[in-house]
Amino acid sequence: MFTQILFYGYAAILLISAILVVSARNTIHSALFLVLAFFTCAVIWILLRAEFLAIVLVLVYVGAVMVLFLFVVMMLNVNLEPLREGFVRNLPVGILVALIVAAEMFLVLSTKGFKLAEQSELALVDATGYSNTKAIGAVLYTDYLYAFEIAAVVLVLAMVTAIVLTMKKSVNTKRQNPGHQVRVKRKDRIRLIKMDSEPVNRKTGDTKSDDAEKGDVK
Amino acid sequence: MTGIGLQECLFLAALLFCISIAGIFINRKNLIVLLMCIELMLLAINLNFIAFSYFSATISGQIFVFFILTVAAAEAAIGLAILVTLYRNRQTINVADLDEMKG
Repeated sequence: MFTQILFYGYAAILLISAILVVSARNTIHSALFLVLAFFTCAVIWILLRAEFLAIVLVLVYVGAVMVLFLFVVMMLNVNLEPLREGFVRNLPVGILVALIVAAEMFLVLSTKGFKLAEQSELALVDATGYSNTKAIGAVLYTDYLYAFEIAAVVLVLAMVTAIVLTMKKSVNTKRQNPGHQVRVKRKDRIRLIKMDSEPVNRKTGDTKSDDAEKGDVK
Repeated sequence: MTGIGLQECLFLAALLFCISIAGIFINRKNLIVLLMCIELMLLAINLNFIAFSYFSATISGQIFVFFILTVAAAEAAIGLAILVTLYRNRQTINVADLDEMKG
């Protein structure tokens, strides 16, 4: 009974915050409501015994992705008013499509096949001594090892792409060009010049003329 | 979780998914909110996976959620990078203004 109340309460918060995400006037408000939605969903995942993924959701999404969203929203100086036009005009269409999709999904999900009883093995496992993280790790590093490594490659790819896309070519930035560095020839760096030895003025220690030396040494 | 069946979780995820579909329709102009709606959709899918994983007592569903989270984080990062580049070049993120590639 208590878990039922928790589930329905958090489900209500999740749906309301989702509605506010799509309908908020200010983009920052929708980002913050999205944070609320992620937090609530993490709670529901904990109710469903997925503790590790709930923590990952909070750390990765709330901690990294949503901060990125907020950062971008605040960095771009966007006039929001033109972006809102068509909101009311598209509202009936959006609600209609959503209702149709929802009705179809409900029709499918109401069939007998989805009426699974709530007593599953995972639900009945005694929580003491059971580690969700350990259970995931035992499968992740054995059966799904290749997929795991591909996921790592995907993350590196995302990082490189994001940096390359947003890097600004500024004139003030000092940067190395490895291609030029490799292709450099000897004559680009050093120039040998032939010049006669100059008679030295014994009294002052200077060479005969200062002008002769200028422009020779680079 | 006593008293909650698989169907309740699936209904919740379906409603969440439909809300984000409606969000894509009504926020057609704002690229940032469109990205947020996609994030909400992925969240609904993940909720489905976790519900199935719980009620069929297999851990594989959670592994899938792990990979979906990875790909979704990468997608958000690249999407926002493209958005920043777009804004730098065009000074707008209005989808209606991005019509240079139309045939």
